[in-house]
Amino acid sequence: MVGPAGGAPLENANPLIYRRSGERPVTAREEDDELPDSIDDREIFDNLTHLIRSINDPEHPLTLEELNVVEQVRVKVNDAESTVAVEFTPTIPHCSMATLIGLSIKVKLIRSLPERFKMDVHITPGTHASEHAVNKQLADKERVAAALENSHLLEVVNQCLSARS
Amino acid sequence: VDEEEEYECVSVLNSHTQDVKHVVWHPNQELLASASYDDTVKLYREEEDDWVCCATLEGHESTVWSLAFDRSGERLASCSDDKTVRIWQQYKPGNEEGVACSGTDPTWKCVCNLSGYHTRTIYDVAWCHLTGALATACGDDAIRVFEESASSTPQQPTFSLTAHVPRAHSQDVNCVAWNPKEPGLLASCSDDGEIAFWKYQRPEVC
Repeated sequence: MVGPAGGAPLENANPLIYRRSGERPVTAREEDDELPDSIDDREIFDNLTHLIRSINDPEHPLTLEELNVVEQVRVKVNDAESTVAVEFTPTIPHCSMATLIGLSIKVKLIRSLPERFKMDVHITPGTHASEHAVNKQLADKERVAAALENSHLLEVVNQCLSARS
Repeated sequence: VDEEEEYECVSVLNSHTQDVKHVVWHPNQELLASASYDDTVKLYREEEDDWVCCATLEGHESTVWSLAFDRSGERLASCSDDKTVRIWQQYKPGNEEGVACSGTDPTWKCVCNLSGYHTRTIYDVAWCHLTGALATACGDDAIRVFEESASSTPQQPTFSLTAHVPRAHSQDVNCVAWNPKEPGLLASCSDDGEIAFWKYQRPEVC
């Protein structure tokens, strides 16, 4: 099997695929238009215009949710304090796409959430060989901005974030 | 210097191993300090027509974003992604405290660590040369001011938090600057696109 670059073999040729969770049942409270919408964990996770769960993996025609790279339980939202923390789990400990995946999640959050939100994206502890280095890059807003000025990298990120046809 | 080119590059220093976030000159010595993503602060001085790194200050546990010297230049404040502000003190060779120096270069020791006050990355620190007050710009949208407390000694300074504005801006505060002429006048700027002016007054008891 070949990866997106055409030549190099995939890092993780046989990933485990997880079933997607179904649509969340709408509660009575949500149907009441009078009450303000607060943002909760599931909503971030849900398809609030293609949020995290449907981000494509760079290597496979699968979403991060299907690969269990992101799970709802690892998304923590505190609307009152305007904080979001997303932990993601690379499929293998030496995954070289970890930074790219983290960056895609970060960009998705930046583009979707109100500016008041502080977004923290990091690797699930213990699941990657370079988690400290990756986390540090993702936490540095100058580095993130600089990365997105790289048109090739931006294109790859946008591909991860585009809806599957 | 050419009429067309205003500046001529005299030296390139690449001691740091990662991005350099900030540089600042010493107030009265020919000394430069730099802060980096590599978690260190480095100091440089001129030596025979070139600049050399004469000290590396280690201690921060993450990126050092900014630096500020106090008025005398004997102390340096650094702020970091590790949410602390550290105060470094200069010890010259032959100093009374018996701090070892290598050759003719002063040693810089960390004499104070302000931790537990900031909840996110600290992007900037500014040291007022009129009043000695320390202001910080933080990623939690707040501005804080610290002053040296009464119990402070020269070798073991202590600072207390004398002002805290939790929502100084609606997003990260990137920079703070004390007005050099008017005591207590502070400017700040933020990711939210705004610049704010503040009037700080030292509280009665510190």
